[in-house]
Amino acid sequence: MAFISSGYDPAKPMEGRISDIGPRHFGEYLPPVIKENFGKWDYHEIIEPGILLHVAQSGDKTYTVRAGTARLMSVTHIREICDIADKFSGGYVRFTTRNNLEFQVETEEAAKELKAYLNDQKFPGGAHKFPVGGTGAGVTNIVHTQGWVHCHTPATDASGTVKATMDVVFDDFTDMKLPAPVRISMACCLNMCGAVHCSDIAILGIHRKPPLIDHKFLDNLCEIPLAVAACPTGAVRPSKVELDGETYKTVAIKQERCMFCGNCYTMCPSLPLSDGEGDGIAIMVGGKISNRITKPAFSKVVVPFVPNEPPRWPTLTKTIKKILDTYAQDANKYERLGDWATRIGWERFFEKCDLPFSEHLIDDFRDPAYYTWRQTTQFKW
Amino acid sequence: MAKHKTPLLDQLESGPWPSFVSDIKQEADARAKNEKGLDYQIPVDCPEDLLGVLEMSYTDGETHWKHGGIVGVFGYGGGVIGRYCDQPQMFPGVAHFHTVRVAQPNGKWYNTELLRNLVKIWELRGSGLTNMHGATGDIVFLGTTTPQLEEIFWELTHDLEIDLGGSGSNLRTPATCLGMSRCEYACYDTQELCYNLTQEYQDELHRPAFPYKFKFKFDGCPNGCVAAIARSDLSFIGTWKDEIKIDQEAVAAYVGGEIAPNAGAHAGRDWGAFDIQKEVVDLCPSQCISYDGKLTIDNKECVRCMHCINTMPRALKVGDERGCSILCGAKAPILDGPQMGSLLVPFMEVNKEDDYQSIKDLIENIWDWWMEEGKNRERIGETMKRLGMSALIDAAGVPVDARQVQEPRHNPYIFWKAEDVEGGWDRDINDFRKRHQR
Ligand code: HEM
Ligand code: HEM
Ligand code: HEM
Ligand code: SF4
Ligand code: SF4
Ligand code: SF4
Ligand code: SF4
Repeated sequence: MAFISSGYDPAKPMEGRISDIGPRHFGEYLPPVIKENFGKWDYHEIIEPGILLHVAQSGDKTYTVRAGTARLMSVTHIREICDIADKFSGGYVRFTTRNNLEFQVETEEAAKELKAYLNDQKFPGGAHKFPVGGTGAGVTNIVHTQGWVHCHTPATDASGTVKATMDVVFDDFTDMKLPAPVRISMACCLNMCGAVHCSDIAILGIHRKPPLIDHKFLDNLCEIPLAVAACPTGAVRPSKVELDGETYKTVAIKQERCMFCGNCYTMCPSLPLSDGEGDGIAIMVGGKISNRITKPAFSKVVVPFVPNEPPRWPTLTKTIKKILDTYAQDANKYERLGDWATRIGWERFFEKCDLPFSEHLIDDFRDPAYYTWRQTTQFKW
Repeated sequence: MAKHKTPLLDQLESGPWPSFVSDIKQEADARAKNEKGLDYQIPVDCPEDLLGVLEMSYTDGETHWKHGGIVGVFGYGGGVIGRYCDQPQMFPGVAHFHTVRVAQPNGKWYNTELLRNLVKIWELRGSGLTNMHGATGDIVFLGTTTPQLEEIFWELTHDLEIDLGGSGSNLRTPATCLGMSRCEYACYDTQELCYNLTQEYQDELHRPAFPYKFKFKFDGCPNGCVAAIARSDLSFIGTWKDEIKIDQEAVAAYVGGEIAPNAGAHAGRDWGAFDIQKEVVDLCPSQCISYDGKLTIDNKECVRCMHCINTMPRALKVGDERGCSILCGAKAPILDGPQMGSLLVPFMEVNKEDDYQSIKDLIENIWDWWMEEGKNRERIGETMKRLGMSALIDAAGVPVDARQVQEPRHNPYIFWKAEDVEGGWDRDINDFRKRHQR
């Protein structure tokens, strides 16, 4: 490999340097019909799953075709997207917050043609490349984090759990038969890059073993006070150990205080906590973001742990499917998953979804715990 | 010929949902063939080694990425996240595999020219693998080596006029819903405000000076398509003050069944004929709608939840006196449990004419307070919890308002200040003793 210079000269790093210019202005990338009717949209309709119609005050119309993707995508794949955009949508394409693709076309026929074309594109293994759907009262693409593909703290994989889950709920991606939209999110550790704490269904990687301590290296790799300060429960304290006749400055961990958050590991690489048996997934449900009818709400843990079962995580996907199907059957039109559970009562939710209730589901973390206990004699048998 | 056997990952190639495994394999093949004769600047086989290391994680249920080291471009404290594999001998192609965050066009609209230019850089100088997009909103380029970082930055800024995004204890890349570009509900121009603030605060974005990360997110209306209320330290959520506009003819068309409710969102199932009483009037959370052949809304009581508008988008429109509500302090659970944004400013004009000055004043007041009071690695939501909402309201310089609370306090431990009390706190014990024996 010969090094190809971009023009950057390491000897004179400041020469010709451009910095702090931010993103390009979005106005450069709006399709003409979008640009002309910016801020002047009148209404929209979902023509069929995956196809939206937007009508402007001027009477202009634009059809959007929405397709799912795996968020992890290669440059070859992005070029395929470009080819489609060049061929069908004037060279414009948009990504949604939930990692779907959107193409604007001019007529309903063109939209249907594009939908058929996108649905025809397959990988050699049989998976769709761009399945059309993700609109209305259905399941849309899962926002997710890095997982074993690229992060140092995950308790599970992200891309794999998402693929396995979407395969199981695929029908609800391509159709709109649920009582209300269901947003599934995935985060591979408690950091929750994906902010799954307000999702209808959340897949969350969790650890269950306290950190290991790499005594001989800890003091070289970490600032002990930072590791101590990082622990939200005060489980970490400075300490000394005697190993092979030498004394090392290190930390001690009060294991019964550990809630397995991994924050100490973030501050100190000598405190790893990942473990094949210890790690797995918690399932949370009933969160929402929107202010529609009811207030935004946090997700609640309903399954404290399912083991990692790569590559297809059958226990996870079976449980999600059961929750989704029970909700679909039982909830009222417009009722989000959490609102349904609140209406029927959480004791009933566990019963209907066939989920066991265990002591791990009673909150014991600081003040917020109190607001989750029952302070009434109104309950159901 | 695959470099590593990946029997577990291969099982993720079947099933209908797009397979990231198939895609990585397709990239591995393209790089092996190298039809364009590129002089790849990082190991050609890095996609294969990525599959190899991932398969290993699938086998033993543990990640094989080390703690990120400090890497970056000159003068920036963010934008690149260091990443090293903990099995470099087995997977040399991904021994060093840093992530580069790239500033996305707001609303995530692209043309193919921009996308092709971006991937051209990443094909030559990176792994050829990306996230479109990261959860924060930026374009994420997955995997390159340290010597390529300045080169990538140079090409991005010189050839594409695009900057890196944010990481570390700084302002993260702001993100927005598509707003006015294609949504009739947008109460202000989310994309323009996002762009303007992103440009204004480039320094805060690239040079960590905060106690911890800080996120802005912009939703054009209370539907919250980018989840601002749950995942941004400061959320700007569009709202209106005056009346919902009603087109009675269109209402009649919904009632008559000529227009599908909720823009057709429930078309996959037979829910029966649209029942305006049951589906709109009864579901209004503040019970301020009535229908007797004509729809009436008692707008003063409306809490602008969007339900009636979402259900009958052709008949009902958001009001004309528009602006945004500003909420502060949302975050994911670490460290103190999850927090939702709390309403700080019920209504703020979003005024492009004065370059959004009132919003910027507010932001800077809040930052000054947090930088002074916040502890290391404390999100502003945690600082608020520790020091109190009143302290934030005071620092932000906004008026106190009943709308900032769900209900008044439950305990009477009021932190009165000396100036709140007649005569202040300075008293004379001798004077007291004149009235009370010892
Ligand atoms: C060294 C430690 C950390 C690393 C390497 C890290 C890495 C990342 C990465 C790579 C992303 C983008 C994820 C994606 O786009 O898929 C991200 C986003 C995020 N991280 Fe972290 N993170 C760290 C610590 C934390 C901590 C301690 C918290 C919580 C207090 C946190 C909360 C979040 C959240 C909430 C997001 C994104 C939410 C959003 O804007 O959508 N992270 N982080
Ligand atoms: C001069 C100060 C106070 C006096 C004279 C006072 C007097 C009383 C009285 C007489 C009762 C009811 C007992 C009964 O009926 O015999 C009571 C109950 C109670 N007080 Fe106070 N109190 C004072 C301050 C406080 C303070 C500062 C607190 C909070 C820390 C407090 C918390 C309570 C509580 C929690 C109860 C029990 C209420 C219940 O369970 O229903 N009191 N107090
Ligand atoms: C900061 C906290 C408190 C202060 C400063 C305080 C102060 C006082 C004072 C000065 C008296 C009058 C004593 C006297 O008659 O000579 C009193 C009486 C009383 N306090 Fe408190 N108190 C406090 C908390 C409480 C609490 C928490 C309770 C009940 C839960 C309580 C219950 C009572 C009762 C029942 C009396 C009446 C005793 C009697 O004469 O029968 N106090 N308190
Ligand atoms: S959620 Fe945790 S493990 Fe997953 S990408 Fe974010 S920091 Fe890494
Ligand atoms: S994992 Fe979290 S709770 Fe456990 S010791 Fe580390 S910082 Fe403390
Ligand atoms: S948040 Fe509101 S304005 Fe923005 S895209 Fe969603 S519905 Fe439209
Ligand atoms: S927006 Fe919500 S609160 Fe207001 S009238 Fe409509 S349904 Fe009622």
